[in-house]
Amino acid sequence: MKQAIIELKNVWKTYEMGDVKVHALRGINLKVHKGEFVAIIGPSGSGKSTAMNQIGCLDIPTKGSVFLSKKNISTLDESDLAQIRGKKIGFIFQKFNLINTLTAKENIMLPMIFQDVPEDKRNKKAEALLKLVDLEERMDHRPNELSGGQQQRVAIARSLANDPEMILADEPTGNLDSKTGSSVLEFLKKLHKEKGTTIVMVTHDKHVAKQADRIETLKDGKIVGAKT
Amino acid sequence: MLRDYARLGIGSLFKRKLRSWLTMIGIFIGIAAVVSLISLGQGMQAAIEEQFFQLGADKVNIAVKGPNTGPPGSNSDVQLFDSDLAVVQRVKGVDVATGRLVEPIRAEFNDKEIFLFVATLAQDDDERELLVDVANVDEDNMLYGRTLKPSDQWKVIMSENYLEPKFDGKGLKVGDKVRINGQTVDVVGIFKKTGNPFVDISFVMNENAVRDLLDIPEKYGLLLAKISSDANIRNVANAIEKDLRNHRGLDEGDEDFEINTAEDVLDTLSTVLTIVTAVLVGIAAISLIVGGIGIMNTMYTSVLERQGEIGVMKAIGARNSDVLTIFMIESGMLGMVGGAIGILCGVLLSKFVEFAATAALGTTLIQAQFPWYLILGALLFSFGVGSIAGVFPALQASQLTPVEALKE
Repeated sequence: MKQAIIELKNVWKTYEMGDVKVHALRGINLKVHKGEFVAIIGPSGSGKSTAMNQIGCLDIPTKGSVFLSKKNISTLDESDLAQIRGKKIGFIFQKFNLINTLTAKENIMLPMIFQDVPEDKRNKKAEALLKLVDLEERMDHRPNELSGGQQQRVAIARSLANDPEMILADEPTGNLDSKTGSSVLEFLKKLHKEKGTTIVMVTHDKHVAKQADRIETLKDGKIVGAKT
Repeated sequence: MLRDYARLGIGSLFKRKLRSWLTMIGIFIGIAAVVSLISLGQGMQAAIEEQFFQLGADKVNIAVKGPNTGPPGSNSDVQLFDSDLAVVQRVKGVDVATGRLVEPIRAEFNDKEIFLFVATLAQDDDERELLVDVANVDEDNMLYGRTLKPSDQWKVIMSENYLEPKFDGKGLKVGDKVRINGQTVDVVGIFKKTGNPFVDISFVMNENAVRDLLDIPEKYGLLLAKISSDANIRNVANAIEKDLRNHRGLDEGDEDFEINTAEDVLDTLSTVLTIVTAVLVGIAAISLIVGGIGIMNTMYTSVLERQGEIGVMKAIGARNSDVLTIFMIESGMLGMVGGAIGILCGVLLSKFVEFAATAALGTTLIQAQFPWYLILGALLFSFGVGSIAGVFPALQASQLTPVEALKE
C-alpha cells in the first residue's frame, strides 16, 4: 500500500465571531499519497483556504486530527509546526510571496537558513534549483526586477529547497496571465512526472484543476466528491 | 546563522532608507551629546589632575577660610601674617615655607584701565624657588623677555594672555610701561600659559615691590609649604594645623584657616566635576530614551507593514525565535548605526568645543579625551537601546500566527 504523506481525519475548524460560531470545515477526510498530484477545488467561501491551512500545517484543527507522515501534528505548538513545515512542505502562493529585500538566490536559500543548512551547501542547492527553473542568470535580481512568471518560478524553486515530501500550491496561477500560468502548470506537472514530487494544489479554476491526477471538490466546508 | 539574520534585518532597513535615517537621528543626537559631554568631562578631569601634579603632591597650602569669591586669600576679613609663616616654617617636616600676596590692582595702559590681580614672588632664594616652581614662571617658561630677578623693583611679568588686545585694542609687549595703582612699572617678560588659570590672568611682581606699592607691611594671602620627602604629608599637615591653631589662639574645630594638600583639592574638584558631568549626561540620556521610543514606533510600523513577509517566513519554516531574532537585530542595528554616527558627531563636537575654548578663552583646561571604553560603551549602549526598544514589536511579530499573518 502506498504511503500517505498527509491525512486529515474528521477535521473541523470553527471560528468564533462574537457570539456566532462559523464552521469553516465540517469534518473533512482526505488522504494524499506519496507521488500523487491532487487538486482541491471549490468556489470561494467553500473552506478552501482553511483546508489549505490544515494540509499545510499552518494551523491546527478545532476538532479531528492531521497526520503528516503518520505523525499527528494537531497537538504541536507553533515552533514545532514551523520546523516540520520547513522540512516537509514546500509552499507556492498565489502572490508568489517572495521577500522583496532579498535576491532570487537569497529567497531560495531562506528556507534552508531556517533549517540550519550550512552556507556552502545552501549556495550549491540554490544554484541547482535556479538552474532547474531556468533562472540561473537572474539569481542576483530582486523580485521587483523579475516578471510574474519568473517570480513564481523562483517561488517554486524556494518550495523545493529542503527537498520537501509535498508541495502545497495555493492558486499558483491566480496572478499570472493564461500563457504564463500554463507554463507554470506545465512545470509543476513535469516536476510531478519526472521527480515524483507529491503536489497538492488548491484552486477555484476547473481547467487548472484538470491537470491533476485527482480532484477533490469542497463545498460548504465538506468534501463533496472526488474525481480521478 | 546570526549573520544571515543580520543580513535580512539590514536589507529591510535599506529598503526603507528615509525612515531608517529619521529613526536613527533620535539615537544619534543622544549619543553625540553623551559622548561629547563625557569626553570633555574626562578631559577636564585629566587636565586638572595634571595641574595638581605640577603643583606637586609634596606641597601643602594654607589659606584663610571665608566666602572666597576671588583667587585664594584675596578677600576675607581674616588674614595670615608673617608670624603665621614663621610658625609654619618651624613645624618639623616642613622643608621650605613661604607666603604669597594676592591683591586686586588697577592696571592702566593705552589710556585704558582694567582691574586684575597681582601675585607675588618672595625675596628669599629658597622661598622664591618654591613659588616660581609652583607658578611655573621660571626662565624656561618665558616666551619673550626674562623672568623677574629678586632685585627687580618696578618690573612685572605676565602670561601670553596679555599679548591680546586687552587695553582698548592694544596688547602688552616687553618694554611697555604700565601704570599700576599710579606707579609706572616696566614689562620685562611674557611667559607661556602655565595651565594654572589664576596665574595666567594675573600680573606677577616681586613681594617687596607690591608691599611698597600697596602699603601692606606684613599680611599674606596664602602660605605654601614644601614637605620634606621623608615626611608624611598628612602628618605634617596635621602638625601645621595644630601649631597654627595654638598660635592664633583658636579652639579645635574653630579654625579660621584651612590646610589643603594637593590631594584634598584634587579630590574635591574631581567630585564636583564628576557630579556635574553625571547630571549633564543624565539630561542628555533623556534624548536617548526619546530615540528609543522612536525606534519602537518605527519597529511597530514595520511589523504591521511586513505581516505578509512574517507569514511567509513562518510558512517556510521560521520559528517564533527566528522571527524574534530578525526583528531584534533590525532594531538593534537602527540603534547601533545611529550610535556610530552619534559617536562621530560627538567626537567632532567636543573637538570643536576644545578648539573654541582654546581660541576664545585661552584655557588649555578643556581637552577632549576619547578612551576606547567610551567609544565601545557608547556603541554597545546604542545597540542595547535599539534592541530593548525592539523587544515588544519583535515579540508581536514573532507571535503572529502564520494564518493571520498571511491573510494580509
